[in-house]
Amino acid sequence: MTILDAIARALETGDDEAVGSQTRAALAAEVPAKEILDSGLIRGMDRVGGLFRDGEIFLPDVLLAARAMDAGLEVLRPLLEAQAVAPLGKVVIGTVQGDLHDIGKNLVGIMLRGAGFEVIDLGNDVAPERFVQAAQDSGAQVVGMSALLTTTMPAMRRVVEQLAAAELKGRVKTIIGGAPVTAGYAAEIGADAHGFDAAAAVALCRRLVGR
Amino acid sequence: MNLRERMRAGRTLLADGGLGSLLIERGLRPGEAPESFNLTRPEVLAEIVRDYVAAGAEVVQANSFGASRLRLEPHGLGDRVREINRAAVEIARKAAQGKALVSASIGPVGRLLKPYGDLEPDEASRAFREQAEALAEAGPDIIAVETMTDLNETLLAVRAVREVSQDIVLAATMTFERRRRGFFTVMGDTITDAAAKLAQAGADVIGSNCGSGIEGMVEIARAFRAATTAPLSFRPNAGMPQVVRGIVRYPQTPEFMAECLPALLEVNPAVIGGCCGTAPAHIRAFRQAVSA
Repeated sequence: MTILDAIARALETGDDEAVGSQTRAALAAEVPAKEILDSGLIRGMDRVGGLFRDGEIFLPDVLLAARAMDAGLEVLRPLLEAQAVAPLGKVVIGTVQGDLHDIGKNLVGIMLRGAGFEVIDLGNDVAPERFVQAAQDSGAQVVGMSALLTTTMPAMRRVVEQLAAAELKGRVKTIIGGAPVTAGYAAEIGADAHGFDAAAAVALCRRLVGR
Repeated sequence: MNLRERMRAGRTLLADGGLGSLLIERGLRPGEAPESFNLTRPEVLAEIVRDYVAAGAEVVQANSFGASRLRLEPHGLGDRVREINRAAVEIARKAAQGKALVSASIGPVGRLLKPYGDLEPDEASRAFREQAEALAEAGPDIIAVETMTDLNETLLAVRAVREVSQDIVLAATMTFERRRRGFFTVMGDTITDAAAKLAQAGADVIGSNCGSGIEGMVEIARAFRAATTAPLSFRPNAGMPQVVRGIVRYPQTPEFMAECLPALLEVNPAVIGGCCGTAPAHIRAFRQAVSA
């Protein structure tokens, strides 16, 4: 088993300490940071996403794996930044106004960072104008919105509308997700994409920024 | 015959249906705490209780699902736990006029327990105990720990209620979803595990509520019956909500759910009712199938 396999394996089992120490060991063995990221951390997280979709593992396993991924990223971040590995793009994320559920949104944030995006996380209960402001200020290419409640989903439409009013529509793509949110709803409100789960959200963000 | 004996005797009690979904129809705004109605619009809650009693419900819910400190705090209502829970029971009892039993809800605290989230189990236990004390003071007939998705959190709630009252009839129901290998909670808990541990922790009635419609609930009910001899409670929702042109719709009609009800009754549940998206019309349709 290579050290990259060991990192991926440790990540799958949610062992954040092992992911951290193996990542440091890999760096000491002069494995490039980008390779550790792609063939260790991201590969492990992809497998976790697949097992979750297949019903083999459950939310707790994914949460622990995401935390382990964060532990690895922590080690790699200074190096990736020093080597000026340009981020894939900038994504503003948040849970929409009136909604305090942030588990899914946080998971998407970790996975996006892991995939190499710069993420601006606005937290939960985010007013439409804050999404627009953050998109403007940061020059983000994507705005990602999460909702767990059917009652708060309409706030997603308002963000899409206000982005259009600020003449950002087209330049800033929108992606939505959350348990009650469907692709049909994305189409209805004019959002550019619907992420069924965190892994799908990452793949769609890549497509939205053309990477 | 008291309630516990009645349930043991095998007659099915018909409970009410959804509450939150009706509050939304009656003006609950996105982001607003449903329990704030206990202080500001008790007449709306009383009307819902009367509608359910008129439809034939023998058990009605007190509006206390999210009235734990941990859930009320983000709404700025953290210092009104006692008042809100007592009001929930009093409004329901007054409106029921002795024609229905009052079941006081305790829902999840809304945060993940360690190590998956940042919540210490002790903090969750304290919140459940505080809510249970306030409810018990107002004297409901039943306390129902419900819509739970984490068995560990559910057990903390059940034990907290039991610490507050040895006598109160205590129901504990969880929400399961269909995965490839059967039904599990979001956190991966199984029906077999839930059935064994909830009864052992002191719940009198166990089972499931919410979910994704009545057909799934029939399968969940069979799995519970295979796992336990304890009294069971099942309260399916009216299917997965769909948002169409900004309006939330639940797909399962009273007629459809009533047609499926006999299959659910085959496991001889102690309590049958509805959850999100079911309304007095559903309970009226259920009344035909459940002999009074």
